[in-house]
Amino acid sequence: MHYIDLAIKNIFIENILLSTFLGMCSFLACSKKVETATGLGLAVIFVQTITVPVNWLILNYLLKPGALAWTGIPGVASLDLSFLTFITFISTIAFMTQIVEMTLDKYVPKLYTSLGIFLPLIAVNCAILGGSLFMAERSYTFPETIVYGLSSGGGWALAIVALSTIRKKLRYSNVPDGLKGLGITMIVTGLMALGFMSFTGIDL
Amino acid sequence: MALKAKTVFTDPLSNNNPITIQILGICSSLAVTTQVDKAFVMSVGLTLVTAFSNLVISMMRNQIPSKIRIIVELAVVSTLVIVTDQILRAYVYDISRQMSVFVGLIITNCIVMGRLEAFALQNPPGLSFLDGLGNGLGYSAILMIVGSIREILGKGSWWGIHFLPENYLGNGLMVLAPGAFFCLGLIIWLQRQLTKKFETA
Repeated sequence: MHYIDLAIKNIFIENILLSTFLGMCSFLACSKKVETATGLGLAVIFVQTITVPVNWLILNYLLKPGALAWTGIPGVASLDLSFLTFITFISTIAFMTQIVEMTLDKYVPKLYTSLGIFLPLIAVNCAILGGSLFMAERSYTFPETIVYGLSSGGGWALAIVALSTIRKKLRYSNVPDGLKGLGITMIVTGLMALGFMSFTGIDL
Repeated sequence: MALKAKTVFTDPLSNNNPITIQILGICSSLAVTTQVDKAFVMSVGLTLVTAFSNLVISMMRNQIPSKIRIIVELAVVSTLVIVTDQILRAYVYDISRQMSVFVGLIITNCIVMGRLEAFALQNPPGLSFLDGLGNGLGYSAILMIVGSIREILGKGSWWGIHFLPENYLGNGLMVLAPGAFFCLGLIIWLQRQLTKKFETA
């Protein structure tokens, strides 16, 4: 039950995009078409679910103060490598996206061609790095981390698909010149964020 | 040369502003603007990281194989961000606590990567440094404007100093996420109306 609660919280109430503003760049750039948005959303869920737990393992068994105790080497056990967090996380993410890309290319070429162009882009999507950094800050346990990775990716995907459908309709509406494109998209996103805020207080 | 340097530096301040025109680096511009002091610290951090990463990558541009350039860029940028983060923790600990993950997220800030890819890889170090500085300042300008609007309307203060009458209650919406979206949307509208640069979408 605790895990379902955590998932609901991360998908709706603390949506990674609408309440912490992560992944805005690709959210705005890739939401013009519903197909593109869906593809990118799926890719983000996929990569997020893999990288957040992997980064948890790295953080808890390599970087945290005292995390190296399992090596049994005296002197190493008391090392605090947490200042390396950023650079290890981003390397893991770049590395994992590369691996995922190669695996998909080899074994599921159909999925690869549909996600293809988005996978490399994901390495620089702030939602992915942000997810890992939030995981570190909130000190989740390992099962919680898996749920968090899945649900925060899911929340992001939900938001981008929703926006792309709204933008599809917007094409036929008469928007003031200066507000066309980015301006109206920001305001629509604001309204969406307002809608998602109404989920606040849901507690299972 | 001198003329080019000038345009490289001043263009991103308004005509080619990274946030409102190029649509880069939106994430952090919304997240850290609930208060002016946070926005200021973030602006300084991002400006320095953009300028110096542009400088470093531009100096290495002829040595980097193009296939692994993204990894090289990420390594340079994250090293600079670690330095920034450590400095912030040492000197302005309270603010760095409040900004939580957003200092780290400078690594994936699209402005930094965007300028590296679009400018530093083709231009000499001096120009690239100016370009980074200009884009950083253009970003800072928008950040300070959004930060001021949100703090004044949301809390009735500026840089933590209350100057509106005591009975001003503060508009809670401006501090929350939707307020940030509306605020930035309206600024974009204003700027595009003034510069007459419209999107055909």
